[in-house]
Amino acid sequence: MHSSGNVIPFSFDLSTLVQRSVASLYSHLVTRPTGRALRLGIESQIGEIGSVCLSVLDFTQVVVLDYSCADEAVAKLIQRYQLADRPADAYFVARGLGEQHRDPIDEVLIRHDLALVAEVEGEFTLLGCADELEHQAWHALQRVRLGRPEDVAVELDATAAEVGTALDRLASRRVVLRRGAPDSFCALTTLLPER
Amino acid sequence: MNIITLPASLDERYFEPMVRTLEAAPEGRLLFDATHVRWADPYGMVGVLALGEVARRRGERAVFKMPDSPDVVSYMGRMGFFEHAEPIFDLNGPRPRSRHDGASDVLLEITPVNSHADVHTVVDLVNRRGLNILTSQLNYPMREAFQFSVILSEVCQNIIEHAESSGWVATQTYNWTKKVGRKVVVIAVMDLGIGFRASLAGAHAARYDHWDDGAALEAAFMHGQTRFHDPGRGQGIQQIRKYVARWGGRISIRSGTARIMDVPAWDEGVPLEKELPYLPGAQIGIVLPALVDASTSQPAAAAGRTGR
Repeated sequence: MHSSGNVIPFSFDLSTLVQRSVASLYSHLVTRPTGRALRLGIESQIGEIGSVCLSVLDFTQVVVLDYSCADEAVAKLIQRYQLADRPADAYFVARGLGEQHRDPIDEVLIRHDLALVAEVEGEFTLLGCADELEHQAWHALQRVRLGRPEDVAVELDATAAEVGTALDRLASRRVVLRRGAPDSFCALTTLLPER
Repeated sequence: MNIITLPASLDERYFEPMVRTLEAAPEGRLLFDATHVRWADPYGMVGVLALGEVARRRGERAVFKMPDSPDVVSYMGRMGFFEHAEPIFDLNGPRPRSRHDGASDVLLEITPVNSHADVHTVVDLVNRRGLNILTSQLNYPMREAFQFSVILSEVCQNIIEHAESSGWVATQTYNWTKKVGRKVVVIAVMDLGIGFRASLAGAHAARYDHWDDGAALEAAFMHGQTRFHDPGRGQGIQQIRKYVARWGGRISIRSGTARIMDVPAWDEGVPLEKELPYLPGAQIGIVLPALVDASTSQPAAAAGRTGR
């Protein structure tokens, strides 16, 4: 797996992309065909990058997002890059989410047993499937930014071994990145470009 | 000519007697007599279109006799009823010259749902002219008003994904002071397609001892089952139910010979009804009351009974 080297941040403005990807100029992310077209557009652009990349799904301009579109555009996108035979080594972060977007994205991720790093109302959080310790470890790594399980465990009421297992699971869900020294983990948000 | 007398209140409460009359009607031309209609809501108007279409499919266009009340005729015109009734009925009596063209009191006039593009049209229209109504008249915070669009989107997609047919959607606000003590928004979505039983039969019927319309509605409504083997499917109705429950509303789905609903405390509906007169497709009714306190999104009475 690509655990080292540069990770290229790449941003997708979903509102603009949906207008490029779908024949008609839709201003809202609703319906499965719209979500499917959006996903294919993103996959195509990730394919052109040809390197490890951090893909930013920017919802800032999106007003309405329904469950069907979220399932096709977000869950199935994340799912495809979870697979061992994924077409590229892409990580994902959703930005610019409002409270009205949180529920559809959270629900579709849970349905598919997936997780996603997301900025909701300006705060980074972990959406989708993660147990309590995974949530705690993810938030602690957000504060530490880059570190080994023992560095993260200092922040928590858990052993380094327990935290290491949780971070391993988070890495396999691709919501943290193995990076730097052996056994070190990096919060995806540290790789984001400044806004 | 066989006569179906439309009730004074053309709404969901009086839909069943109309279906029963239609089913019992002997062969021959039908007359839908709207003379005495004094009030109509989206469920009633779209329901009459559906029943008229069933009659047309039997072989002969029914006659629609206009309401006596000019106010009702005018309102039905603004809701786009006559435009959609024209291919279905022979309209008998004077009708308004033109349909609604974005009147300020209409949230969403009767709109056909034939494709996913129509769903975009519905969401665009409601966001363009409905947000003000939802926030100012029903006290919905802006975030909840956007979720209203999500409900409409999902419920309309239900037609396209599962009915294998086209349908209609309409929504409007009313003052239900007597029953709910506040304003409500009423949504009606109907199609005359294959219905839930046929849609789900291939994937689920074998697992049931007795597969009928009621079982199919329970499978979809209570358990989120669909004909697709994809865990991402089947969320639409579940999420709609969640929003409706949060806002203290009512949702009913009628399909074939059964109807299932989530019944709020303010309503007296029956959670699951079977052996109703047969009607093809699916007929969905949603009633959402205005919020008491916009800051907490509190409905009047959230507790109720569910379709089981």
